[in-house]
Amino acid sequence: MKTIMLTAVSLLLSLSFVQAQRIKGSDTVLPLSQKEAENYMKIDPSRTVTVTGGGSGVGISALLEGTTDIAQASRKIKFDERQKLQAKGKKVQEAVIAYDALAIVVHPSNKVTHLTREQLEGIFTGKIKNWKELGGADLKIVPYARETSSGTYEFFKESVLKNKNYMNGMMSMPATGSIIQSISQTKGAIGYVGLAYLNKDVKAIHVSYDKGATYTAPSVANAKNETYPIVRPLLYYYEAGSEKQVKPFIDYILSPEGQKTVREIGFVPVI
Amino acid sequence: MKQLRKIAERTVETLLTASGAITTLVIFLIIVFLFKEGLGLFNSPVVEKGYVLCVHEKNSVADLTAYQIKQIFDAEVENWKALGGKDEAIELFRFEEIFNHYPEAEFGEDYQYLPDKLGEYIRHSSGIIAFLPKRYAPVDKPGVKTLREAQIRITDFFFGKEWMPTSTPAPLFGVLPLIMGTLWVSFFAILIAMPLGMGVAIYLSELANERVRKILKPTIELLAGIPSVVYGFFGLVVLVPFIQQLFDLPVGETALAGSVILAIMALPTIITVAEDAMRNTPRAMREASLALGATPWQTICRVIIPYASSGISAAVVLGIGRAVGETMAVLMVTGNAAVMPRTLFEPVRTIPATIAAELGEAPAGGAHYQSLFLLGCILFIITMIISITAEVISKKQHHAV
Repeated sequence: MKTIMLTAVSLLLSLSFVQAQRIKGSDTVLPLSQKEAENYMKIDPSRTVTVTGGGSGVGISALLEGTTDIAQASRKIKFDERQKLQAKGKKVQEAVIAYDALAIVVHPSNKVTHLTREQLEGIFTGKIKNWKELGGADLKIVPYARETSSGTYEFFKESVLKNKNYMNGMMSMPATGSIIQSISQTKGAIGYVGLAYLNKDVKAIHVSYDKGATYTAPSVANAKNETYPIVRPLLYYYEAGSEKQVKPFIDYILSPEGQKTVREIGFVPVI
Repeated sequence: MKQLRKIAERTVETLLTASGAITTLVIFLIIVFLFKEGLGLFNSPVVEKGYVLCVHEKNSVADLTAYQIKQIFDAEVENWKALGGKDEAIELFRFEEIFNHYPEAEFGEDYQYLPDKLGEYIRHSSGIIAFLPKRYAPVDKPGVKTLREAQIRITDFFFGKEWMPTSTPAPLFGVLPLIMGTLWVSFFAILIAMPLGMGVAIYLSELANERVRKILKPTIELLAGIPSVVYGFFGLVVLVPFIQQLFDLPVGETALAGSVILAIMALPTIITVAEDAMRNTPRAMREASLALGATPWQTICRVIIPYASSGISAAVVLGIGRAVGETMAVLMVTGNAAVMPRTLFEPVRTIPATIAAELGEAPAGGAHYQSLFLLGCILFIITMIISITAEVISKKQHHAV
């Protein structure tokens, strides 16, 4: 009995002495951070990194309260969030750890292969209602979006809709997996998913942001050479004061080995 | 020894009373919390908290409704004339854009010159509408007019037809499509489940022989034990494509899919309660009817069903209760589009699905968060009415005996 107690106490003590790092925030970045942390801890088992999700906003407010060391985010820190941090005397540093590209997908039988940003805006704000208007079959367009709470929803709204609202009565799905499932069984469907989720059941659309002059297919290569337009950075935010503590882990992610994991998860490497 | 037993008995009694009291108290506190959080919504401003809308001084428009603000920022209204102002194009301005117009250094170390710069920018563009954080808004600067701060009105909430809780600058909280969607899906679910459930209940209580009954009844009760997410998954993968092909629809995620899934989920409740009510018909009545020469079918129609009618009604009401509150399965198969339901073949969004999908990332304490709590209150009131109805109906049955 005594020995068990002793081991428990010593275990607790040793845990608190090891440089533990806490990462919290975006659910988009979550799988990447988890995998990176796993590999990082494999190299040296004395390191501990705990990763939790909750959303970009949750991560940044945790950074504000000091309950996390790194806030992972799928969007840039907002102006008022930076203000709040500054008011508490905290200076934040930013590190881009990877990029994520959003692919526009339709049903495989759809004849339409190229769309401009303006056309996408028309579709998702409800102004374009039939594939006929875009050179496809006479079929009603059924746009699918993510739930309003997701970062992907916000990013698509910012990038493609130029901050306009989605049309009233949008079909919204609770997860990327259900978007793929629904699009693969609905002929007139269109939706957006992370590059990593692309598969044979759906067809990716070539997108143009310059009114139809050049169209680009979503791929890791195109996102990396910045020809594919719907790309967002995945970021780590940390306090300048704790740089020494978090730097080794961030350096590991930015190393060739860490970036290999980025590619495996399906995001676009920084280097 | 006797004394000891007495003490033990009293302790148990006190414990039981205490647990009853605690349960009641907890439920009561939950309800108070729900309403307290929800009713705060009507103190929230129409424009996102901590932000204001500024226009040029000479602009004659003084206040805008949430819907008008949404139209402006969606570029559906592009001229002030449509809003009662003068004939001038509307220029949209969001706060971050100020950083494209002036170099960062000019704002000062703590952004102390930011309001001046914003004021300057607004003064130079007469058709502008600017969406700014209150802290930096050039409220008292020359040439700038701040739009009046309105509060979210009760009528806008209950009779509004647009649910856009994350729209900036002014979110729209019209819950009518959500309430109608919930009732719509539940109503058709009951319409499907009632005849089916009644049929099975009659069969089980009157026609089935003992062996069949012993197998069938537990099987049906097992249906109630299947997690709702499993029903939802089944619905999404099997039912949705089936409905889409059968009716040749553009989308399979429809109110119909939701109703069918809910009907299946409400069946066990309806069957069990209705069957119990029918079996409670006194043997004497049954035998009297048969002795008078009535056929078994006549006995069922004229004696047993009228006798058990209040129990059967209670079964149906409980089934509705099950359907109204169901979340996960509906979230997965109805498509979740917040539109007023017109047919069975279009997507709908229900109240529980909305709460489940949105509460996770709604900023705590904000208007969106409060509106979701208020939705919870509405759902609570609906289910309360239903269970009180069920209670009243089943009380009637006891009087009849």
